[in-house]
Amino acid sequence: MSTEVAVLETDAIDAVSQRSSFRRLVRDPQAVITTALLLILILLGLLAPFITQHGPNESSLDAVNAEIGSPGYLLGGDQSGRDSFSRLLYSINTGAISALIGTGVACFVGLTFGLIGGYFGGRVRTTIEWIFNLIMTFPGLLLLIVLMPLTKGDFRITMLIFGVLLSPSIYRIVRNVTAGVKNELYVDAAKVAGLSTARILGRHVMPVVRGPVIISAAFLMGAAVNLQSGLAFLGVGSTEVPSFGSMIATGFLNFYVDPLQFLWPALLLGVITASLVLLGNSLRDALEGARPKAAKLGSIKVLARGAAHSEAKRDASHLLQVKDLKMEYPTPSGKPKEVLKGVSLELKAGETLGLVGESGSGKTQSAFSVLGVLPAEAIITSGSVLLEGRELLGLRERELRGIRGKEIAYIPQEPMSNLDPSFTVGSQLVEGIRTATGLSRSAAKMRALELMERVGIPNTGRTFDLYPHQISGGMAQRILIAGAVASNPRLLIADEPTTALDVTIQAEILDLLRDLQQEMGMAILLVTHNFGVVADICDRIAVMREGLIVEEGDVLDVFQHPQHPYTQKLLNSILDESNLREDLAPLVATGKEQK
Amino acid sequence: MIPYILRRLATGVILAVLVTLITFWLLSFSFSGVASNILGPASSAEAVDALMDKLGLNRPVLVQYFDWFSAVLRGDFGVSYFTSESVSKAVTTRLGVTLSIVLVALVLSVIVSVFLGVLAASRAGAVDRIAQGTSLIGNLFPNLLIAIGLVVVFALNLRWLPATGFTPFSEDPRRWAASVTIPVIVLVINGVANMSAQIRGTMIGELQKDYVRTLRTRGISARSIVYRHALRNAAAPALVVLSLEFIAMFGGALIIENVFALPGFGSFAFNSSLQGDIPVIMGVTIFSVMLVVSVNLLTDVINGWLNPKARLF
Repeated sequence: MSTEVAVLETDAIDAVSQRSSFRRLVRDPQAVITTALLLILILLGLLAPFITQHGPNESSLDAVNAEIGSPGYLLGGDQSGRDSFSRLLYSINTGAISALIGTGVACFVGLTFGLIGGYFGGRVRTTIEWIFNLIMTFPGLLLLIVLMPLTKGDFRITMLIFGVLLSPSIYRIVRNVTAGVKNELYVDAAKVAGLSTARILGRHVMPVVRGPVIISAAFLMGAAVNLQSGLAFLGVGSTEVPSFGSMIATGFLNFYVDPLQFLWPALLLGVITASLVLLGNSLRDALEGARPKAAKLGSIKVLARGAAHSEAKRDASHLLQVKDLKMEYPTPSGKPKEVLKGVSLELKAGETLGLVGESGSGKTQSAFSVLGVLPAEAIITSGSVLLEGRELLGLRERELRGIRGKEIAYIPQEPMSNLDPSFTVGSQLVEGIRTATGLSRSAAKMRALELMERVGIPNTGRTFDLYPHQISGGMAQRILIAGAVASNPRLLIADEPTTALDVTIQAEILDLLRDLQQEMGMAILLVTHNFGVVADICDRIAVMREGLIVEEGDVLDVFQHPQHPYTQKLLNSILDESNLREDLAPLVATGKEQK
Repeated sequence: MIPYILRRLATGVILAVLVTLITFWLLSFSFSGVASNILGPASSAEAVDALMDKLGLNRPVLVQYFDWFSAVLRGDFGVSYFTSESVSKAVTTRLGVTLSIVLVALVLSVIVSVFLGVLAASRAGAVDRIAQGTSLIGNLFPNLLIAIGLVVVFALNLRWLPATGFTPFSEDPRRWAASVTIPVIVLVINGVANMSAQIRGTMIGELQKDYVRTLRTRGISARSIVYRHALRNAAAPALVVLSLEFIAMFGGALIIENVFALPGFGSFAFNSSLQGDIPVIMGVTIFSVMLVVSVNLLTDVINGWLNPKARLF
């Protein structure tokens, strides 16, 4: 997701966002503290020859298990009489070299093959993919142990191999981005302009993968340090090489003599790996922005309900009354974005109201407000939603559940994504029917089959057992309609029910909705941007723009004498072209909102 | 289904051949060292050469490999150069120790991770923060440090559990449980840290999908939406994580069993590698490949069962 957005960005925006993410990083105390800690440790390691009085392997009989603070032995000596302080500082160097080799090799291998695998399709990619999957599924540590006769346990060669074993994570990032960039138009343009493949990839892929690769590198460094200490703890490699792992191993054997001997290397190793993980997390937050947050289902904030209660005007002639509904979303800048700015709607029983407007005008958000299924971040600041005079805003999820599915039903825009891919369409219908009616399983199945027949699904018995991916979009939409009308709802909210379908099927679905309405006498709130649909099926029309209803009236009146200039503009534009609309506009609009 | 499994098994065999061939080839560079290792440091060059002849290590690498592999196909994995113990028996005994720890840890990790991940994703707020904090702590420190920390506290200071040693389950289940408790806890801490974060992320993604909203508009309970629908859909990606986690845990176990002096696969592989016990090293390699192949195959079959789109039967 984030990479897709990033690919679309131009270089200029990229530079700006990089500067701002750097600023975010500098302001993040976690990033600053961990970076400082790591730098101090690296510096200590580099300066080890000047700070310590003994070499890391210099042993002296006097210093065997020397106590902390013995002259010349700041942290005492180990069981061979070596200076613990000196070994500790030199261990930092071993760790740093391990991290550099491991991560360097991983980045080099991952980048190279990621570019190749992403750019070339077909057999090249399949082969590379297979090899990297293989590398990923093989227990690396075991391989390193098995190859000990070859590596002689030298930690540098070991880390070289380990780098290859770490490379799949980098490979995946680079491959995905490269494949994405390759499909972008500007690469074609660059090709036409005569640029070489290497330059195209270098210029366009590198800026995008830089962030994710840097983040991974932090985690990979942690893994490398971790593995090197683990192997050294096992005893792989020369005892001459000072390392946290070997220090912990000797200190641990000596636990009863001096329990502190293993504590220092353990502490330092803990500080280093923890710092790298925390730094990686900070980098991710800074470079990739906010990740999706967890949200409790059905916890919409309602700050204030409207004046409906005080008026106590229970207008029985209206099935649904939405009064002065205001709703907003919080934004990172702190200033909330008001999406609904006081929407008012009325719908009589059995009536069909078309809610029209361009993308982003708040049509769908209004529909979701009535259903109470807004995203969790949404805040309803004021207003009221009355169903037969009963206030729906502020009801608890449990109470709403009794209304949804029974009195209000919903038909979505995109049929495929609105069915659960893991369950057969039949079982999804049955679950809905049982929830709404409390029928037994077998009775609910009978009802489901009836409904499927009614909405025009051929061969219902067979279709019942099919999964959503096995049926067509039109069929899926019929299933969703069947599910919606299963309990004879009083109000049906249909959110662009035909937009995602073929033109021929659009008309059939509209006919079906009209027939069902006549049979069941339900009211329909039809959200659409298509005036043809409105003319076809609606009694009244409400035109929405930027969170407000700008015009409302009988369909014929509004079509013949539009009052508001915006309505006139919409009607004019409709007459010029066909009713079909490409779905590009909403994509661009949501992209902007997210930024 | 059966043809699919057979095809996957065939790929597994190719994989085993490739990995063992490369390993054998790489090891062949150290064959002379192996012979002198067996004879001891004072051995003469002639004696080393004679031993290499006797062990067949002087022949071309491919011929030797072919000999080894055809014996393996007949079920003969050879004997150790040093102990004359049958390789297949030695490997399976040691593998059993490690696997018993890893499998127990894996099952516990899955239960805890699903619980934490689902709760964090669906309850949000404080529950989410606690779950994420728990997962972060497990991520911050290497297995090795957690293992040593737990040994120092629970075995050396409190003396609740034995610090080292292993009792086979068949001998005394209670003592077996005591001897593997700390190693299992260590692996679980790390496994939960990795998997609960993944499950949380996948669940958050699922709960934001369109079908969840539609289910809500049908009046279906949050419990059914979270546990029946979203969790089912989150299971397939979680399964991939699970198979990778198994490999990671297996690797982790190799190090930490050393902390507890468990006679497992890690110390076994390490010692034979240190000695250059070629038949044992090759046995360790091929058994690991077979393990990896079976885990991946199992994951794919379960995935097909969970995810109708990936269903192959």
